[in-house]
Amino acid sequence: MSFEPKIVGILCNWCSYTGADLAGTSRMKYLPNVRVVRVMCSGRVDPTFVLKALAEGADGVLIAGCHPGDCHYDNGNIKTMRRMPLLEKMLGQFGIEPERVRLEWVSASEGEKFKEVVDDMTEKIRKLGPLNALNKSGVAKIRAETRKEVA
Amino acid sequence: MAEKLKVGAYWAASCGGCDVSTLDIHEKILDLIQLVDFVFWPVAMDFKYKDVEAMEDGFMDLCLFNGAIRNEENEHMAKLLRKKSKVLVAFGSCAHMGGIPGLANFHNRDEIFQYVYKDSPSISNPDSIVPQTKYKVDEGEIEIPEFYNTVKSLDQVVDVDYYVPGCPPAPHQIWGVLEAVATNNLPPKGSVVGADDRALCEECPREISERCVDGFIRPHMKIPEKDKCLVEQGIFCMGSATRAGCGARCIKCNLPCRGCYGPLPGVMDQGAKICSALASVIKADTPEGVQKVLDTLPDPAGYFYRFGLPKSLLHRRLDNAPESPDEN
Repeated sequence: MSFEPKIVGILCNWCSYTGADLAGTSRMKYLPNVRVVRVMCSGRVDPTFVLKALAEGADGVLIAGCHPGDCHYDNGNIKTMRRMPLLEKMLGQFGIEPERVRLEWVSASEGEKFKEVVDDMTEKIRKLGPLNALNKSGVAKIRAETRKEVA
Repeated sequence: MAEKLKVGAYWAASCGGCDVSTLDIHEKILDLIQLVDFVFWPVAMDFKYKDVEAMEDGFMDLCLFNGAIRNEENEHMAKLLRKKSKVLVAFGSCAHMGGIPGLANFHNRDEIFQYVYKDSPSISNPDSIVPQTKYKVDEGEIEIPEFYNTVKSLDQVVDVDYYVPGCPPAPHQIWGVLEAVATNNLPPKGSVVGADDRALCEECPREISERCVDGFIRPHMKIPEKDKCLVEQGIFCMGSATRAGCGARCIKCNLPCRGCYGPLPGVMDQGAKICSALASVIKADTPEGVQKVLDTLPDPAGYFYRFGLPKSLLHRRLDNAPESPDEN
């Protein structure tokens, strides 16, 4: 069976979620590998969310928010713009490729852009292959043993 | 007088600083020996494995286990001491979260052996000998414990009752913990004891005005101003993502917090939290500007996870991890 990447998409309520909705209502076709989570602002995206998704089996994480200057809460997306590059730099030291975590600005009218971003990201991660953090980090084993002890 | 508490202390992959810190309770040590009998403490007295094996299960009232799980011997002792003690405490950063030895999780066994036994400038090893777990000599086969690829915290190999954080735990906190056990005044299982539930910033004596930086510097590059927040001066401080309880001992010596007291309650990953906090004080509103500030941070992961890599969400570097989940 060919590898189908699992991507967690964390989208801001005001722009990117609406943009993704527009892609849907306009009947655009895009790859079904992204699982969408709606947050009120891309500034709400704690780096913990990204790490947890990757640690629990996601192959990539897409974060999308309003274009700089358009934030519903004035500057939430500016904070994200500062956080994500630091997170990516840190993930590089964990041996995680930069293509796996992607920050994009998608406005409510950019259904087409959302489609392109999802398709492009899915193809790039398909080439990289599975991340498989659960096994490599030993998390799967630690969990199995903890369960055994409790039982 | 009631019978004295039977206490054991052990060091796995650690430096011995936690044991020294126990002695730093100074003259209170005299009160301590009124309360407890040390039945096992290899750093201070002569004990053998067979002395522990001869104990009945649950013989020790309290076992203070410091050090991470680096090799097979550490894991064996952790399991043995768990069986022999009523209360097992992960004592100090290494047992709590992996500590400094846990930074080795950015590498694997082969890389570590390559450097330590072959490439290190201070080594002379013309025959390229590296440790083997088994070796045949005339007298038979000899064995040494297996060195693992991944360092683990104590609770990743056995069930742990309490955690005492710190590198090393502050002496006044150690005394508090011993007193709590002696008076049977114990919190719920799994608690972090001997530390605060607030961030270090709460007990930091420095003033915060406006946190906004256009570049980070390393602590040796500047003598910081005495009363001003270190982050504001561009010095990377872990205080906002770290538990208080140590008495801000590094801060008072004009050094930034390194995060040894571990994450705050409810936090899954200390590194992710400090990443979030520090990135938001960067003074830049364009991707290029942000990149310029980040270029002044040579090793973010090493700093964010200085004491907690094995306990972080990812546990270790992934691209050089053992392929099989069964390999240690």
